[in-house]
Amino acid sequence: MATATATPPDQTAPAPKKTKVPERSFGERWGDKKGWARRVPLLPALAFIVIMTQLPFVATILVSFTNWNANYPDEIKFGTLQNFVTVFTDAGLRQSVFFTILLTVTVVLVSLAFGLGIALLLNRNFIGRGAVRTMMIAPFLVVPVAAALLWKHAMYNPEYGLFNGLLTQVFGASAPQPDWITDFPRLAIMGELIWQWTPFMTLILLAGLQSRPGDVMEAAQVDGANAWQTFANMTMPHMRRYLELAGLLGTIYIIQQFDSVFTLTAGAYGTANLPYTIYQTLYNAQDYGLASAQGVIVVIGTIIIATFALRTVSSLFEEGN
Amino acid sequence: MTTALAANPSKTAAEKRASNARVRNNRRGSKGGIFLGLLAWVIGIIFVFPVFYMLLTSLHSEFDAATNPPSFFAPLTLDGYREFFGASSGASPWPPLINSATASIVSTIVVILLAIPAAYALSVKPVEKWTDVMFFFLSTKFLPAVAGLLPLYIIAKTIGVLDNINFIVILYTAMNLPIAVWMLRSFLADIPVELFEAASIDGAGLIRTLRSIIVPIISPGIAATALICFIFSWNELLLANTLTSIVAQTAPVFLTSFVTSQGLFLAKVCAAATAVSLPVLIAGFAAQDKLVQGLSLGAVK
Repeated sequence: MATATATPPDQTAPAPKKTKVPERSFGERWGDKKGWARRVPLLPALAFIVIMTQLPFVATILVSFTNWNANYPDEIKFGTLQNFVTVFTDAGLRQSVFFTILLTVTVVLVSLAFGLGIALLLNRNFIGRGAVRTMMIAPFLVVPVAAALLWKHAMYNPEYGLFNGLLTQVFGASAPQPDWITDFPRLAIMGELIWQWTPFMTLILLAGLQSRPGDVMEAAQVDGANAWQTFANMTMPHMRRYLELAGLLGTIYIIQQFDSVFTLTAGAYGTANLPYTIYQTLYNAQDYGLASAQGVIVVIGTIIIATFALRTVSSLFEEGN
Repeated sequence: MTTALAANPSKTAAEKRASNARVRNNRRGSKGGIFLGLLAWVIGIIFVFPVFYMLLTSLHSEFDAATNPPSFFAPLTLDGYREFFGASSGASPWPPLINSATASIVSTIVVILLAIPAAYALSVKPVEKWTDVMFFFLSTKFLPAVAGLLPLYIIAKTIGVLDNINFIVILYTAMNLPIAVWMLRSFLADIPVELFEAASIDGAGLIRTLRSIIVPIISPGIAATALICFIFSWNELLLANTLTSIVAQTAPVFLTSFVTSQGLFLAKVCAAATAVSLPVLIAGFAAQDKLVQGLSLGAVK
């Protein structure tokens, strides 16, 4: 510490060697009572998490290299890559990988865009702002299965759903009456999820907007910046972290999305995503090896996305320190 | 001198408020401002409307619920709820609701009991490499539940805890513990260290420090964290649907029995959806601000 702050007067001289605390042996650290007193409160939670989340995942990786099918219990062999080949060559499974990506990207980007627009509106001063904010939160507070049921039966139903009912009300008896779920299955799922996730994005982005320093915004106004210049040069740079954080969290949840697919279409019409497919592989086909390989692929996909976005969370994390 | 020091912070706070208000006022009142306010109202109503429609339909008779165009002004009735709770047609929702309450409440309590000491160790007296530990906790949230589903299924089948609510409690505890540690650490980080040093000098041990200093100070934070954990547990479907069937069935799994039901029972479907969502709706509306903070892992303040 002292060597770091005291600059040597002669810059050409070799930098003084940092006085390094000698590494303590394992035995010394093991015997360090104070150190253990600090660690002990952490241990129960840490042990619990390792046992409950890491061990099952390791088991999943191991099983993914077997041809374990519960229907043929005598033929289990380890060391095959067949499951991974199957995921990418089987047309149905490849489609579920593709739909998982499509669903995640679409829902996250559209909800983020809507969320930013609505957050900007809600950040203004208008009558009943609190009431509108409360209304915006509501979709996120409905239990996901209940929300999917609501959309399936009360909104999308071709005969008595609200959408077709409103079409009849506006255009009369000859109004078009589409069967939303069978005609537009993917859009039906995306629509429901965007409705549920836009509020989440709005809330995080609104928190970001409200943390903008007011005096800086005022200075920009005094300096004659117009609304667009203020938005592009001051608001957006400040909001970047919040946009990335909202996108990251949204992605993690949507990539694992099961409830809507299960409820709205049960994977029919090309809407089976990977989580739903895994559930089926496990439940119906009892093909444990294949289900595990699919699980491993979901994790790899998540890690790729998370690696890009993790830096954002790490910056938030350091400043909040 | 002392008065100047004391007055100074409050003055700057007032100035900040004034400047914030000025920025907002400049944008208020113009024609554009009124239009944007109206636009916000329209969007808010569009987003809340399905929830309102769910509530309204749940209060209509089956006949009035299944009309095209919709009959918004039909007389209200509690028949949908009587039908849902009365179990005159199909299974009673009470066992699943009680299972959900058990799983959510018990796992939340266990999460909080495990997370408070962990968050304390990670913030007040940082252990070596504490950032690594925090990232490890966070990284478990990047691990999709489906990736561990199979081993959990096999283990449950082997040791005979398939369809057992205690197993679900343990899983939900593991699911929410990382979030709780993150959130509570962010609340603890706001407490001045001197407070703990004083307690330590006075000879208070870990348990006493936690009980008489930390818990009282961060109790709003603990409440917020507990709320988030409760909501996530209450909403969970994939694990419950795979690992429970009859005895330990939770409310979301029970709701899936309505998936194939046709609109003949639209009022009952809406009553079911409303009844199961009600605890979360009430809790969420009551703690809107805390919800945002928790959902963003305590990182956005």
